[in-house]
Amino acid sequence: MATALRSFGRRRWVNGSVCRGRAFSTNTTCDKLIQQDNNPPAPTPKSLNLYSAINQALHIALETDPRAYVFGEDVGFGGVFRCTTGLADRFGKSRVFNTPLCEQGIVGFAIGLAAMGNRAIAEIQFADYIFPAFDQIVNEAAKFRYRSGNQFNCGGLTVRAPYGAVGHGGHYHSQSPEAFFCHVPGIKVVIPRSPREAKGLLLSSIRDPNPVVFFEPKWLYRLSVEDVPEHDYMLPLSEAEVIREGSDITLVGWGAQLSIMEQACIDAEKEGISCELIDLKTLIPWDKETVEASVRKTGRLLISHEAPVTGGFGAEISASIVERCFLRLEAPVARVCGLDTPFPLVFEPFYMPTKNKVSSSPMLITHFVLCAEMWNLELILAIYTTLVFACLDAGTGCYKINCKLLAAQKQLWFIVKSDQNVNLYHIQASKEGELGR
Amino acid sequence: MAILLRRSTSVLQSLKHKLGFWSTLSLQSSGGVFGRSRDQHLVSFPYNSSSPNILWIGRFASTVAVNHLDPLPFSDSDDDQQQSLEFPGGKVTYTSEMTFISESQEKRVPCYRVLDDNGDLLLGSHLQQVSKEVATKIYNDMVTLQVMDTIFYEAQRQGRLSFYLTSSGEEAVNIASAAALSPDDVILPQYREPGILLWRGFTLQEFTDQLFGNKSDYGKGRQMPIHYGSKKLNYVTVSSPLATQLPQAVGIAYSLKMDKKDACAVTYTGDGATSEGDFHAALNFAAVLEAPVVFICRNNGWAISTNVSEQFRSDGIVVKGQAYGIRSIRVDGNDALAVYNAISTAREMAITEQRPVLVEALTYRVGHHSTSDDSTKYRPLQEIEYWKTTRNPVNRFRNWIEKNGWWSDREEAELRSNIKKQLMHSIQVAEKTVKPPVAEMFSDVYDVLPSNLQEQEKQLRETIIKYPKDYPSDVPL
Repeated sequence: MATALRSFGRRRWVNGSVCRGRAFSTNTTCDKLIQQDNNPPAPTPKSLNLYSAINQALHIALETDPRAYVFGEDVGFGGVFRCTTGLADRFGKSRVFNTPLCEQGIVGFAIGLAAMGNRAIAEIQFADYIFPAFDQIVNEAAKFRYRSGNQFNCGGLTVRAPYGAVGHGGHYHSQSPEAFFCHVPGIKVVIPRSPREAKGLLLSSIRDPNPVVFFEPKWLYRLSVEDVPEHDYMLPLSEAEVIREGSDITLVGWGAQLSIMEQACIDAEKEGISCELIDLKTLIPWDKETVEASVRKTGRLLISHEAPVTGGFGAEISASIVERCFLRLEAPVARVCGLDTPFPLVFEPFYMPTKNKVSSSPMLITHFVLCAEMWNLELILAIYTTLVFACLDAGTGCYKINCKLLAAQKQLWFIVKSDQNVNLYHIQASKEGELGR
Repeated sequence: MAILLRRSTSVLQSLKHKLGFWSTLSLQSSGGVFGRSRDQHLVSFPYNSSSPNILWIGRFASTVAVNHLDPLPFSDSDDDQQQSLEFPGGKVTYTSEMTFISESQEKRVPCYRVLDDNGDLLLGSHLQQVSKEVATKIYNDMVTLQVMDTIFYEAQRQGRLSFYLTSSGEEAVNIASAAALSPDDVILPQYREPGILLWRGFTLQEFTDQLFGNKSDYGKGRQMPIHYGSKKLNYVTVSSPLATQLPQAVGIAYSLKMDKKDACAVTYTGDGATSEGDFHAALNFAAVLEAPVVFICRNNGWAISTNVSEQFRSDGIVVKGQAYGIRSIRVDGNDALAVYNAISTAREMAITEQRPVLVEALTYRVGHHSTSDDSTKYRPLQEIEYWKTTRNPVNRFRNWIEKNGWWSDREEAELRSNIKKQLMHSIQVAEKTVKPPVAEMFSDVYDVLPSNLQEQEKQLRETIIKYPKDYPSDVPL
């Protein structure tokens, strides 16, 4: 498998035409970087891709803590994605080593190592292969501290795994299994979006006193390049970041999907829609407050992830934000995600939550109204001018009405749905300006 | 072993045309602490003696060569060169004989013991020095474990405990293995090994507090009864999933190895759990990473209602070690002295040679699987009775110490009544001790309380104030 992936990896990175503009860089300044007191910052940040940033973080982790270990399948020679290059030569084969091909063994071993006060940095070659270790992560790592009454812990454990689409990975080299792990109290789930983020978040994950599952966007390993400070720095966990400010809608994502979402934001901007983009970074425990504050401002929320929509972490964010911001929401929370199929090889372009799927989401530009007795078009129009939210006292005969404004054509579409039929009304948008948000 | 085998293969190469295969190996393999079982193992290997099994030799050579690459014994002549295959991991000799390795050995691996069923020392036994002090402590703790099981089982039947699980019949594996270890050795138990804690000084009150899940339980009332754990006694908290502790033991052993500690990891499992993937993962990891870990399998014949015949088709667990390149021994788990000998030797090998060792202790689960089980539904009463009486490990060891003049009926009666009294007292204390406060439900999920748990705790407290009768009154708020 390693060989196969290496060769397919090469093909992938050379063939830029399939990349679909995945490259992503951190726009914001470095002011969120937490500097290590005893390490003077390097004067000039170096331009690095994501796997090199990971590699640098691992070098620092091993250098700064003699009790840190890196191991997994094929990590000894540098790993199939080159993330562990040079580590065994520098730190020796007793601290950086290959393990047998057995994920439950890798994580079980790592838990034991971590329980002895070590930093156990375990690599699972692909997130698709993490499931044999699911029991060790869910029943063991996550509960190690709790079940012992804090006598024992395996907080030094970090499980790294490349996740997500790569253009040609099919079922078993493409999946995004983060949601499975977000259902498990006791572990943290972290996903970086860029090289600089990857380095800082990985160092935080390694040094965090709790077990962390760290998913790395494999599509970005080589594609994403940005300036990465050379010194030892950490980025805070459980803190989301607003990476693009806007006022009309909040978009939340993580990892590789953020680059897609950013392009959708740029497109929407051209249509006059101001988008706020949030990188969640840590999925559990997640930073509800930052998302909530943003949605209170914009009144709309769109979540996008590569994993299948049903039961994805987007559902959790959606439910939490509806609980907190219901009266402020101007539209249902939207999810633009992977489809509910296994990850398909030749159909990958159809499966993916692409930029155009994001920017054409009706939720971006739609008002939703819940109202009783709305069959009367005049009534709809009458209340439309005044209402952002119609009466919620539905009672009997409550219908859901989707009023979609196609802003570009300056037209109004009303789609009235009932159990029996769907009626479509097309009206010249004479009162377009009164819609307001 | 490596040297021994290399030597034997080398001799074999030169003599194979002249001599019978088995006689060669028998000549070569003698002596050493594990030599005896090895001899029998080789002698009883189940191939037709008419067809010398060269393929099998090849297998052995390649297995050994993984750790000790040394092609020299094979390169004596051109003939040998032509007959061997350079393969990653070492040379493999060729053969024109098509022979399949047998699925089993003709004779089952014998079971090492020191005391016979009457507690008499077997002639010719290689016995390690066991002082009167150690021997009487072993016996004391075995009896204590018996009394604990009786009292706690009854307490569960009376409805005072929600659950209990006895170690009846397995007292010797519990206590004698603990006695053979150092307190620095890190224990990763399954769940039927409270004897190790007992040996290391866990008090009856500490046991009882865990069972009652009160404020003094180190686990803060979060786990079912019998899920003991003690940081100070190097006993990693029990978790219910089977075999998960085994790969963890390898990680712990690796840490001890890196720290050059004079200690090993010791992990326990039952026969049923050897079917779990984690068992195989752990053995393979331990062998490859050369981790000082002792795997002790209590083969007690039954995994709840599943008999070993429905669990595996191998000759028990002991034979699984060799496939992973792990030295193994089968021991009579109801012979405390044999267990003590085997475990102390295994420990010594694990630490001095930095390698894993597998010990299969043949014993019997005399009790039900737990208080939720009735084992008479699936196994004959006579079988239970036989193991409870004739093969009773506590009685057998008592006979031996009595014969040594280290024990008497008077001491026996005193001990049992004393333990019983202490246990009754500790149950009274544990029952009166309050439960852990409700805040402990939220702590320790992470090192600090994240905001979602803070919020949930706040909401829960509001609900409790509103509906106090919905919640147990003995849990402080």
